[in-house]
Amino acid sequence: MEKRVSFNNRALPYLLLFPQLAVTAVFFFWPAGQALYQSFLRPDPFGLSARFVGLENFRYILTDPLYLQSFATTAIFTSLVTFVAMAVALFLAAMADQVIKGSGVYRTLIVWPYAVAPAVAGVMWMFMLQPSIGVIAFYMKQLGITWNPLLDGQDAMLLVVLASAWKQVSYNFLFFLAGMQAVPRSLIEAAAIDGAGRWRRFWTIIFPLLSPTTFFLLVINIVYAFFETFGVIHTMTSGGPGRATTTLVYKVYADGFVGQDLGSSAAQSVILMVVVSVLTVIQFRYIERRVHY
Amino acid sequence: MVEKRGVGTVLTHVALILGIGLLCFPLYLTFVGSTHTSRDVLSVPMPLLPGDQMVRNYTVALTSGVGVGVAKMLANSMVMALGIAVGKIAISMLSAYAIVYFRFPFRMAAFWAIFMTLMLPVEVRIVPTFEVVASLNMLNSYTGLILPLIASATATFLFRQFFLTVPDELVEAARVDGAGPMRFFKDILLPLSRTNMAALFVILFIYGWNQYLWPLLITTRGDMNTIVMGLGQMIPSADDYGDWPVTMAAATLAIVPPVAVVIFMQRLFIKGLVESEK
Repeated sequence: MEKRVSFNNRALPYLLLFPQLAVTAVFFFWPAGQALYQSFLRPDPFGLSARFVGLENFRYILTDPLYLQSFATTAIFTSLVTFVAMAVALFLAAMADQVIKGSGVYRTLIVWPYAVAPAVAGVMWMFMLQPSIGVIAFYMKQLGITWNPLLDGQDAMLLVVLASAWKQVSYNFLFFLAGMQAVPRSLIEAAAIDGAGRWRRFWTIIFPLLSPTTFFLLVINIVYAFFETFGVIHTMTSGGPGRATTTLVYKVYADGFVGQDLGSSAAQSVILMVVVSVLTVIQFRYIERRVHY
Repeated sequence: MVEKRGVGTVLTHVALILGIGLLCFPLYLTFVGSTHTSRDVLSVPMPLLPGDQMVRNYTVALTSGVGVGVAKMLANSMVMALGIAVGKIAISMLSAYAIVYFRFPFRMAAFWAIFMTLMLPVEVRIVPTFEVVASLNMLNSYTGLILPLIASATATFLFRQFFLTVPDELVEAARVDGAGPMRFFKDILLPLSRTNMAALFVILFIYGWNQYLWPLLITTRGDMNTIVMGLGQMIPSADDYGDWPVTMAAATLAIVPPVAVVIFMQRLFIKGLVESEK
């Protein structure tokens, strides 16, 4: 889409673009280029020089069992977070959609966790579920449930999934609710006249009509679980115990800053860039389709 | 309308209240934890009603915290969040204006150069970005905290979409009245964009406030820590029991500003959320 009218000025547009282009060049293209460049190099053990190794870094990480394990961890983590956050939000939105009285209050009370930082969410959930002091952990023990996220990998995974999903429910809720309110009332009334109950109406009319929203949220939640949950993992488990909660983004951090393995970390960054680009393209194709929906 | 009364409606309310109870419980417990003595919190199970140590815990958190007081960290977070929000809105409005209202060589190239940043969150290019910032001597500075996070296309894209909907007649009218491009920007476009700016401001403020990994890397001095990353370092480890009530007071303080923004500017917040995803 283009404007019919425009201003004529030779220097002004460049001047206006300059701040953003400068910031983008220095903090985006330069580092992204560096990552690409470093992913083809391997520094010597003293970090004094580096030699070109071609695709060796990629070959190395893609055959590294630890990296493949972290891929699997990320896949499990992402599917769980996405599923839990979307299922809970869908349920709450379906309920809130029915309500007229007090809907504003309900919405406010569901929306606020969006504003909590992932790292803070991690601290809050740790306080409830830490095996030695957490209140919930205490009652779980009373009920005879063994719970030790500090030692047990599966418990730790559950812990980070809960804290991450909790924060994302608000976001999904808002979009699901907006989607439901856009469903034509006449359709629902027609179904009610034909004798379909609430349950039936939801699954045969509302849910199918929500599919563009659901698909959009699916992509957003995957991106969230991949990239924005670093704070949760770092505050709660530090990727452990063992490597049970080391996701791909956490591993880039751990290898690059803690392990100082720059070649491998750069190669991992490049792989992640490819993952994000694919997700972004999927998201944009979806937006094109939504227009015609 | 269909079935608005009866058992179903009551059950709906019950389900909502239960769901909200579960969602809000972590916050409630965090607050309760910040109002007791360390001993009460560590005795299992801890009390579930607020205690009387609130003033003491919040004073300790604000003034001493871990090495550096939470008050200083809150101030740093405020500078960072405001810097990111204002900076991003300013540079992206200017560039969107240039892209929409001017014809010039390399216009599309500039647009795509900016647009590409949409694809890469800072988490992905974290190590090289750190090296760039370090080589520019920006570690432990507000500039280092703010500038790298401003490099993103979402806001530019949003303003571009909005400018495209502004009627062309306004430009023509401004021209007839002899207004130049900057005059048009300042007197017509800027006032028209006010709601969009406010909505974006809310989203960007929360985004900036909640940053964790970036401040963790580039602030090595305590007095440059932001509250969210500082809180991460206040968690008592498994072996030493530390001062959980003070940590919880700090957590509560870290939550209040962004949550207040969401609650009191809910309309703008929802608008910003929906528009920045279009």
